[in-house]
Amino acid sequence: MSRWRPDTQERAVQILAHYPERRSAVMPLLYLAMAEDGYLTEEGMAEVAEWVGITPAQVLSVASFYTMYKREPVGRYLISCCTSISCMLAGADEVLHAVEEESRVPHGETDPGGLISVEHAECIGACGGAPALAVNYELIEGVTPDKARQLVQWLRAGLPEVINTDEMQSLFGATASFDWAVKEEWGATGPYPALPNLGTAAGSEKP
Amino acid sequence: MSYPLAVTKRMMEFPSDSHTLARYLTTGGYEQARRALAMTREELVELVKGSGLLGRGGAAFSAGLKWSFLAPSRPAYLVVNGDESEPGTFKDRQLLERDPHQLVEGTIIAAVANEVHHAFVYVRGEYPKPARRLQQTLDDAYAEGFLGSGIFGSSYDLDVVLHLGAGAYICGEETALINSLEGLRGEPRLKPPYFPAAIGLYGQPTIVNNVETLSNVPHILADVEGWKALGHEVDTGTFLFSVSGHVRKPGNYELPHGISWRELIFDVAGGLGEGRSLKTWIPGGASAPWFVPGDHLDLPITKDATGQAGSMLGSGAVVVMDDTTCVVRAAERIVRFFAHESCGQCTPCREGTTWLELILRRIETGQGREVDIDMLVDVSDNISVGLGWPPKMTTICPLGPSAVSPIISITKYFKDEVMAHIHDGGCPYPPSSRFGARQNGGGSS
Repeated sequence: MSRWRPDTQERAVQILAHYPERRSAVMPLLYLAMAEDGYLTEEGMAEVAEWVGITPAQVLSVASFYTMYKREPVGRYLISCCTSISCMLAGADEVLHAVEEESRVPHGETDPGGLISVEHAECIGACGGAPALAVNYELIEGVTPDKARQLVQWLRAGLPEVINTDEMQSLFGATASFDWAVKEEWGATGPYPALPNLGTAAGSEKP
Repeated sequence: MSYPLAVTKRMMEFPSDSHTLARYLTTGGYEQARRALAMTREELVELVKGSGLLGRGGAAFSAGLKWSFLAPSRPAYLVVNGDESEPGTFKDRQLLERDPHQLVEGTIIAAVANEVHHAFVYVRGEYPKPARRLQQTLDDAYAEGFLGSGIFGSSYDLDVVLHLGAGAYICGEETALINSLEGLRGEPRLKPPYFPAAIGLYGQPTIVNNVETLSNVPHILADVEGWKALGHEVDTGTFLFSVSGHVRKPGNYELPHGISWRELIFDVAGGLGEGRSLKTWIPGGASAPWFVPGDHLDLPITKDATGQAGSMLGSGAVVVMDDTTCVVRAAERIVRFFAHESCGQCTPCREGTTWLELILRRIETGQGREVDIDMLVDVSDNISVGLGWPPKMTTICPLGPSAVSPIISITKYFKDEVMAHIHDGGCPYPPSSRFGARQNGGGSS
């Protein structure tokens, strides 16, 4: 008997239908489990194990391989600062330092209130707009230490329900890797990738 | 000088709506997929083989040859590799966001050519926006009857499923990607016997092609001779370069093979900042050995010329470093990446990459000793025998040898600078606020 919300269960059924073998659904279902509980709990992994017909230990072996499955509580806003080579050459270390100082959260940790987590990330594919960072995996390119501080203040003050990449890019970004061209209507609702099919994305226009 | 385009043409001409079905259809969209359905498998494979299209994901293997190796048993699968994670590379992101129907059409043609009815597109987890745009594209294609049962009114069924990764660089390696798609840890498989063309997804014959590779396929069907002529006589077609680092105009540039590095860095990418000079550059992503202006600036950008000079074009990521760059710091940052992303199966890579990182860090922070240079070479030799190029690997996959590339580069071209770190008690360049952010643990990819 699943303890997931009915709409999450419906998504799980739809996801399973996409794969010739059930086990292939383990990765998308782990995202469902994170969205359900805020991070990947023991119960969440046990639930995924039941859905795909493997043991919780087998689910853990998968979950522990990938960095985006967070098995510790993670903040409502996960700030991932890229510090790989191209971003480093453009001053990414200073951006990360500014985020840590302003949020008072060292990388790899979460503030006591559970609002902000900070991590340094390996290359996030925004090298032409370096330095770059992401909030809940939604990108900002061409960030400066000052803008990064303002971003932290903005998250704290506004507590946005939906994290929209265009909005953040216009407020805190500058040069991008390429012309984004088209308005992005979707945003993230938590510290996991925002996809409508996973129920983790919402329209940026508040109803 | 400007060059004719293929895969980025539509997005340059129609920036506001190149991603939409409506625009795609008014610019010849899906005509080649329809044509493919009327052709035989052999004709399609021969056409792509004859085009000379080389895989654009890093290995530069003939796409048509790869297709021709597919074992006869069925079902067979097609996996589109959109797990773009090589530091410096951001071209597939642009293709996914700005012209996703082009990729879907290439996917349909590849599926038909290989008698595949179930394809997957594996997009890295850190790319939710490209993934959303691709999902919308797939939904539109299903609604039009271009995907699903009986595509384009034929009797051919084809499902294409978007699969999101979760932050593991190694899943860009095709056998690791297959494990990941099967719901396993993303650890590379041993080849032989696990050549995907014979034993791939679910033990069945499987084709794995990169996003840019498949995005070229509709253009090849439309006009193979015209497409070939866009490039060099051997390296046909265009190549999408991701240029980053200390240039005035970083970005993705679709260019013909055969132009020089000088033209790419100083003309196309705008050269370096005021008063700066070129120190070194990475010609093909973090995995590639570096080039230096004295030896390589006027080499033509072709697979062969780059290989003969001891490096590779790889994923097309060009990372430019000017004279303000500390090469020890740059090497440490690249090695740290591979240490973090090592899957841990092979001891030389798992242990070696970590040691390389630690040794570089102590050199950078003034605790280096002269023997450290020998130790860097010795540890590297355990991963990539003789430190040659292409590497003689002691590991299942090329990740470990990739971490050796910066070691090859700094010991070959910048030994004096490394020695200065050791003799003068540390780095001669201004400090950054954080050197080596990894000490406290944490981190992502």
